[in-house]
Amino acid sequence: MRCKKCHKKASVELRRHNTSFCPIHYIEFVSNQVSRNIKKHNMFTSANRVLLAVSGGKDSLALWDILTKQGYNVTGLHLKLGIGNYSLKAAEKTRAFAETHELQLIEYDLESEMGLGVSRLSKSIKRAPCSGCGLNKRYFFNKLALQFQFDVLITGHNLDDEAATLFGNVLHWQEQALSRQSPILESTHPNLVKKCKPLYTLTEREIASYCLLLKIAYQEEECPNAAGAHSLLYKDLLNRLEVQSPGSKQQFLQGFLSKIRPSFRSQETVTLNECDSCGMPTTGQVCSFCRMWERARKLTDPKLVNGTSNL
Amino acid sequence: MKVTIRNPVRREIALDGSLKVHQLLAHLNLNPESHIVIRDEELLTSQDIIGNDDAVQIVSAISGG
Ligand code: SF4
Ligand SMILES: [Zn+2]
Ligand SMILES: [Zn+2]
Repeated sequence: MRCKKCHKKASVELRRHNTSFCPIHYIEFVSNQVSRNIKKHNMFTSANRVLLAVSGGKDSLALWDILTKQGYNVTGLHLKLGIGNYSLKAAEKTRAFAETHELQLIEYDLESEMGLGVSRLSKSIKRAPCSGCGLNKRYFFNKLALQFQFDVLITGHNLDDEAATLFGNVLHWQEQALSRQSPILESTHPNLVKKCKPLYTLTEREIASYCLLLKIAYQEEECPNAAGAHSLLYKDLLNRLEVQSPGSKQQFLQGFLSKIRPSFRSQETVTLNECDSCGMPTTGQVCSFCRMWERARKLTDPKLVNGTSNL
Repeated sequence: MKVTIRNPVRREIALDGSLKVHQLLAHLNLNPESHIVIRDEELLTSQDIIGNDDAVQIVSAISGG
């Protein structure tokens, strides 16, 4: 197999684009995809201060690498989740990347700030780790982006993540979630930062290939709580479809974004209040983050759980 | 050939003979859409041939949660 551009031996084959590339032209292809996504959706410019949620996995490190090379001003934010050894290694990979590339990194430790990390929190409130984990991530990414006055928060969500989320939302007809699923969410409240997903057109295999070619040392190990997650089942289903019919994942997501989401959006009439407890936007009286931690305080030794986040 | 599957759980397998990358993945029941085959730090495509004396690594690209 030959590179479409230079006819040297190809390293990465892209069946959904009916093409293949050598390492140099593959890296160029990935970088071009990202800049096209940023411009197409007006995600941000080089004048903006951009905060990137960095887990230490392939997606966030690849995105940090791509944007830094393109000259954007991107600071990393790593949330230490308190999931045993997995979290320790994630922090190591993130720190190592930031140090080698001399990038700014903000670290936030859930356990020392709130009193409990994800593992102990989920035991105390008897909820699946991923639900508490997701809520903490969304809350602190937004809160820290506001606190440090960033213009936009970006995440490494890829095409597989987005297609799997869409599949789950369609399977359960989650109208609210469908109306919010987008590569870009503008701020709709002074306490909500703009959010973007510049990798949403690239698959996991494509992003992992980028990291492997550039020897970006990312965390290959999975979070122990991911086993059995619905998202993995949906990704597997979609990848089986993709093999038989290349381009399926992309068509599924792009078709939704261009044809279906606009009609969902026009029905969007959520009014946002400020949480009675923390002031962050919520559709109710008290936000789900505060309700979760209130529950943790009731069910755990109250001395362990901090009253509010120390921000 | 010597095959090392790197993640999610590291394991090593020895196979006799040579195979194309897509045949190796099919043999191991691994989806080519979510796996990458590497030989000597070089990424291989589906039609590349892995010789009997080669050592390859397979990386799963899927992350969950
Ligand atoms: S798998 Fe679940 S618990 Fe683990 S990092 Fe992802 S969301 Fe959090
Ligand atoms: Zn080339
Ligand atoms: Zn609140």
